[in-house]
Amino acid sequence: MSRRHRTTTQPPWPVAVPAALALLFLGLPLLALLIRAQWGQLLSVLTSPTSLDALRLSIITATAATAISVVVGVPLAWLLARAVFPGRRFARALVTVPLVLPPVVGGIALLLAFGRRGIVGQYLDQWFGITLPFTTPGVVIAEAFVAMPFLIITVEGALRGLDGRFEDAAATLGASRLTVFRRVTLPLIAPSLVAGAVLTFARALGEFGATITFAGNLPGVTQTLPLAVYIGLEGDPSEAIALSLVLLAFSIAVLVLLRDRWLRTGTAA
Amino acid sequence: MNSKALRFNARIERAAFTLEAAIIVEPGEVVAVIGPNGAGKSTLLRSISGLVPLTSGSIEIGGVTVDDPARDILTAPESRRVGVVFQDYLLFPHMSVADNIAFGPRAAGVGRRQARELAGDWITRLSLTGLADRKPSELSGGQSQRVALARALACDPAVLLLDEPLAALDAGTRIDVRAELREHLAFVGIPTLLVTHDPLDALVLAERIVVLEQGRITQEGLALDVARRPATTYVARLLGLNLLPGQADDGRVTLTSGGEFHTAQRNVSGAVLVAVRPDAISIHTSPPSGSARNVWRGTVEGVEPIGDRVRVTAAGPPTVMADVTAASVVELQLTRGTPVWLSTKATELEVYPAGGTAPQ
Repeated sequence: MSRRHRTTTQPPWPVAVPAALALLFLGLPLLALLIRAQWGQLLSVLTSPTSLDALRLSIITATAATAISVVVGVPLAWLLARAVFPGRRFARALVTVPLVLPPVVGGIALLLAFGRRGIVGQYLDQWFGITLPFTTPGVVIAEAFVAMPFLIITVEGALRGLDGRFEDAAATLGASRLTVFRRVTLPLIAPSLVAGAVLTFARALGEFGATITFAGNLPGVTQTLPLAVYIGLEGDPSEAIALSLVLLAFSIAVLVLLRDRWLRTGTAA
Repeated sequence: MNSKALRFNARIERAAFTLEAAIIVEPGEVVAVIGPNGAGKSTLLRSISGLVPLTSGSIEIGGVTVDDPARDILTAPESRRVGVVFQDYLLFPHMSVADNIAFGPRAAGVGRRQARELAGDWITRLSLTGLADRKPSELSGGQSQRVALARALACDPAVLLLDEPLAALDAGTRIDVRAELREHLAFVGIPTLLVTHDPLDALVLAERIVVLEQGRITQEGLALDVARRPATTYVARLLGLNLLPGQADDGRVTLTSGGEFHTAQRNVSGAVLVAVRPDAISIHTSPPSGSARNVWRGTVEGVEPIGDRVRVTAAGPPTVMADVTAASVVELQLTRGTPVWLSTKATELEVYPAGGTAPQ
């Protein structure tokens, strides 16, 4: 009993030292960001035209990417969770690829698909006069490509965990499959849908590699917050730091929003 | 015969087992299907609901054939007029009581306002007044069950199905809710089929009982007849009865397990079942001198309290369960291995033809 008590309260040093180092390693850079920020000038830096442009553009594109992900991602999640079709396992694997793919590779892949000479892009250009690379819609596409898997995987998990008998009950009450989905399935998975959307938004907001490769870095058009931070570091570090703080604040907000979902085990212990 | 009856005469083959049964439930009649877990009770209900297709045979609801593979008929659950009260009720947790009840009418295209009024009627009818805006998580077990019943009936179904309607309740509330449910089922007026593993539910709620074991009907009849004359050891055990097979001849039954009973019934002969209540068997530690015609020797195998009585299992032949008072257990010093005399009166034995199914 007392031995057990000792081990839980006083970990042996071969565990405690590396654990402390890990914590320090993760915390120190964030601390540096807070220490070096010029808090006095924060507001003026953030309200500069480049910052405001980047902020506005980031919010618009991340919101659009999230909306696209919800509109096409939820049906795909439903298919993956419920339907039986040939190639389902392949489809599920495909969905997870952008999660592990280096974003810059994603950007190149997008260029080869939707670029002006891309396998689809050339027809978009020829037939409709639509050009995606180096435009704001291009940013949305790059962000959606990288972020959508978060939504699909979260929603698919929720659909798998859902007690299918609720849907059976709704069917016996005369509800069509669409009504069942709209009035029973969707409300029941709503918390996961929100969590998935928040994650998707956060991932889209931080997107860098695919965006800069596919959409470039045009201030006001394709220069999102992370790109402005990167550029700012070469010219005006104080702006880079200020914008980094904004992104950090967003990240913390996401953590707070999702704390019940992920940190429950941590707080319960 | 009524065209509004529920007619199930079908076969369902699943990976684990096959269900093959014929059941007809007349309008206003309540039929209980009892059987052990895995007997096919849920499959029966799910097939009538349209959630499991038949392999062969047919189902007719309210005069309409809803499933008949031979005629290529298979109606989707949402197009069948079936009201189901599910085990655990499955009330939609994100909707209020009123919205749960109005769900069916809304799905059928009734306007929001009218559906709300309809729900209001059912709320009054099932004594749920004041609970309309509650969420299912804020209801007691009995209230949830009434909401589930209201939700099922609000769709104006042609048949009502109840899957283990009392299983989700604790023992205390169960008795009250069972009595309540009985009252409500009395005015339903459509064929009602309920599935349960509790014989008391079946006896209290249903007029007729169908016993389903391993996908087959092993007995069916009026509730009281099934209770008095179980055809299989499963039912007998559920009801707490001793059931002994044997051969009858002129008031004497030679038991298959060994031993012999004198009975008051001389009109049955051939293969019979003898049912005897455990409280009709007496235990003695010396040869009894009373008027009981049937006396045999045995050894105590088990002593187990049941409520205010003690159930003694005594190895014979015949081996039986006997209920005695706790005082007599002490007085007779009954423990495992005690040699005893057992006795029962000829008039306490229920003797009836074994029918087609031999008890296992």
